[in-house]
Formats: sequence, structure tokens, C-alpha cells
Amino acid sequence: MNWTAVKSIYAFEMARFFRTLAQSLISPVLSTSLYFVVFGAAIGSRIEEVEGVSYGAFIVPGLIMLSVITQAISNASFGIYFPKFIGTIFELLSAPVNFLEIVMGYVGAAATKALFIGVIILITAFFFVDISIVHPFAMVMFLVLTCISFALMGFIIGIWAGNFEQLQLVPLLIVTPLVFLGGSFYSISMLPPVWQVISHFNPVVYLISGFRWSFFGTADVPIGLSLLAIAGFTTLCLAVIWWIFRTGWRIRQ
Amino acid sequence: MPSILSVQDLRKSYAGGFEALKGISLEIEEGEIIALLGPNGAGKTTLISTICGITTPTSGTVTVAGHDIITDYRAARAMIGLVPQEINLEPFERVQNTVKFSRGLFGRPADPAVIERILRQLSLWDKKDSQIRELSGGMKRRVLIAKALAHDPRVLFLDEPTAGVDVELRKDMWQIVADLKKDGVTIILTTHYIEEAEAIADRVGVISSGKLLLVEGKAKLMARMGQKELEVQLTAPIKEIPAELRSDALRLSSDGHALIYTYDTQKERTGITKLLADVAAQGLVLRDVVTRQSSLEDIFVGLVKEDVA
Repeated sequence: MNWTAVKSIYAFEMARFFRTLAQSLISPVLSTSLYFVVFGAAIGSRIEEVEGVSYGAFIVPGLIMLSVITQAISNASFGIYFPKFIGTIFELLSAPVNFLEIVMGYVGAAATKALFIGVIILITAFFFVDISIVHPFAMVMFLVLTCISFALMGFIIGIWAGNFEQLQLVPLLIVTPLVFLGGSFYSISMLPPVWQVISHFNPVVYLISGFRWSFFGTADVPIGLSLLAIAGFTTLCLAVIWWIFRTGWRIRQ
Repeated sequence: MPSILSVQDLRKSYAGGFEALKGISLEIEEGEIIALLGPNGAGKTTLISTICGITTPTSGTVTVAGHDIITDYRAARAMIGLVPQEINLEPFERVQNTVKFSRGLFGRPADPAVIERILRQLSLWDKKDSQIRELSGGMKRRVLIAKALAHDPRVLFLDEPTAGVDVELRKDMWQIVADLKKDGVTIILTTHYIEEAEAIADRVGVISSGKLLLVEGKAKLMARMGQKELEVQLTAPIKEIPAELRSDALRLSSDGHALIYTYDTQKERTGITKLLADVAAQGLVLRDVVTRQSSLEDIFVGLVKEDVA
């Protein structure tokens, strides 16, 4: 393993994040605060408790997931798309590194950034609502796994994308709907039966459910299933990336 | 001299069926400068990209100091530095950081002394904390070279290092190449400027439509292929060449003041003696006699034409 290379890529990507720290943090903190004001205070005060939890607190795990998933995807996709776009990818391709090292560097950095933002949002949430975390260890694990798996997905999008429009396309058209329909703001049990069935095909449901379980101890789907879903998703992404590097798809002619 | 880079029957076909490299074989000795000369689209960049791992070969083998570029890619790539043709740099990065990054990417431990040495050598030390976007085009090219040298490669590829660069900077670049050669770095550069190959290379390879037409020592190449011109300057201009002197090898200069005779130095008989005798017999009075060696450019154009024909 070329650990020096992994470290170099990771540090290089993190440096970009810290250079723009203010803008990296202000926007998620601001948008989360707005969600709390609108959904938590204004609308939430008229909504009864969901599964024994006040609505303001109930949406916290979903809000964190929403930001973490979006951030992990956009950071990772941009991270690998940018070198492709400006041409510096030649250096990566000519360096003595394998696909795993490249992925660890880029995905590791993107996941770290997303994790950072997730934690910031969690801290912000404490200022607005009363929350307690029933399973802190599981909470951290879900958060980290989500960061990694969606950063992997973002990495794939970044390699696939041929232009900046495509880079935005998948997150906008697929990920945002999946996250919104994944129970960020409601319990799946609140949906009509047909939609409940459909929801079970949405992988994000399992993530948010598992994450919410670690906060409140209640879940839409069994916790084991949530773990299985995230493990399966991570494996799938890794397999796709392995295939990309083996065939050189969209990166090496 | 042992060969540091060995290319055997290298072929590259793209998905569309275009064959960019049609079986190239090449041995490069340690410490030499070889210039690969060819028109645009000849396959020069594809050759370099394939050796460096940016494109995958369709068939053939390449070894760097005995390390195969596919099966032993880590060892092979660690020895290679690549300066691409395009200025591919992150505009917001700082010079020093981007060079450090390159060193790390190639698995070498951080070493500020090495980075400083390289930046000083390329006159970039003053700019070490500048953002890339603040630099001039020539400086950016130097940064690319610094990045390529950051891991102490033994073989350096320079893809069109002086394309679109002014004369001053081109001379600068040649000096850098000469300095690197002194440090024992083997240099392979591509160019379509003949004078560049003529000025800095030890050997010249000519590539045209994916084939290596020839590789030879520069001097030998010129001697082998070299035609010379003999200019016989006359004291008084003439209107046309006298009938007795007429031949394909002889032409009259536009002002009628000189006869220009083209001959091959390698031939047993150059025909010079006879020409001069005939000129004297015609009663023409000579003012001066000048000979000229044909440039690499003439040789090159001749070779590529031959290949196309």
C-alpha cells in the first residue's frame, strides 16, 4: 500500500475544505436552523408527537441525514470531477497508486467533510430542541457509514459526469427525492399503505430509520435490516468503483 | 550504456478503431536526451501517455529499468516523471503545496530540502507561496516540471515543452533540459519544432502516423540524410544557366548572381570538381563559394513525405 499517497490525497482535499471553511459551514448551519424554525417551531407546534417524540426533535436525525448525504455526494463527486475537468487527473493516473488508494484518499476526505457538517448540525440542533441519544455508539456508526457510502456514490457520479450539469443532475433528480421520501420529516407509518410498500424500495428509508433508532430507540424498519441495507449499498458502490478502475471507464482510455 | 526504457512492439487502438500506435519499438539509454519529432496527430502524445500509464496499451510491452509498466507498475511509474503538453494545474493551489502533493502521490516521504532544491533550480523559489493562477504561462510550465521532478524520477517525459512559448522562454527551457541531463536524468521530449530537436537532443526519432520511421543519433542522421548545397557566387549576374551546365541539381538564384548546386555528401562523386571546371570553361568569373548543410527540418519533411507516398 502506498500510504503516503493516500495521506497526500486526503490532506490535499481537506486543505481545500479548510480554505473555504466559512462557506462550507455557514450554509448547512443556516439551512438547518431554518428547518428548525419552520418545521420545528412554526409548523411543528401544531403537529402532535410522532412515536412519542416531539416533532422538532423527531426531524433531527432526518435533517442530519439530508445534509450528510447531500454533502458526501457533492464533495466526493466534485473532488474527483474537478481533476478530470481541469486535466490534473493525468498525475493520478501516472502515479504508482491503485484504485483503493485513490478511493481512500478522495472518499475519505469527502466523508470526513460530510461527517464534520453532520456533527455541526447535531450541535446546532441542541440549541433548538431537546434531544437525547439513546444509542450514541450506533448513532456515530450510522453517521460514519452513511458518510462513507454516499461519498462512494458521489465518487462514481464524479467519474461518470461529463460536465457540470450532469454533476448536479443525479443529486437533484435522484438523491434529493429519495431523501425527502425517505422519512426525513415523517414516519413511514404515517403514509398510506401503498406508499409504505413503495417506500421499502427506497434505500434511504433504512438509513434514516436506523439513524433515528439510535436517537429515540424506535424505528420504521428493524435495525438489522437498516444495517444490512447500508452494508449492501457500500459493497455495491465499492464493486462499481472497482469495475471502473479495472476497465478504465471514463478515466483511462 | 544500459537501456533504461525499453518499448517492444507497442500498439494502441482506440475504441473507435483508430490505431494511434502501430507497433513501436524503441530502446532509450540512461542519461540521453531523445527528441521524438512528428507532425500533429502522429502518435507522440499517445506513446508518452501509454508509457506513463494514462492510456492502456492494446499490445506490446514497456519496461522501465526492467520493471514492466503493467505487472510492476508501481516500480515503473515511481521512476517516471511526466510534464504534459497542456498546462493542467489547479488554479487556486499554491506552488509549493502542489509540488509537495506530487511527491507524496508518488509515495516519497515529505522532504522540504528536496522541494526547495527543485524550486530553486527552476527559479520558482520566490513564487513558492503564490497561487498558480497568479503565474505567467512560462512559470506555470516550470511548476509542471517541478511537479514532475518532485519524486526524483530517472526518466522525464516532456510533451511539447515549448509549444506556444516565446523564443526567450524556449531558450530557458532548453537550459533547464541541459541542466537536468547533467543531473543524469534521461529525457524524452516530443516536439514539432525541428530546431528544438536539433538544439538539445542526442538522438532523434521521427514518428509519423503511429510508426517510428527512424531513430538515430542527431549528427549521424544529418550526415546520413544530409544534403548539402554549394552556392557559386558570380561577379556578374547571368540571365539563365548556360545550356552546357544544365542539370536537375543546379538552379539559378533569383537575382542571377549565384548558381546553387545540391549534392549528397555520402556519394562517392559529388560532382563539385566537374561543376567548377565547367563553370570556369563557360567563362564565368567566381566571386565566392559557399556550402550549406541541410537542416533537420529538410530531412524530416523528406521522411514524412516518403512515408505518406
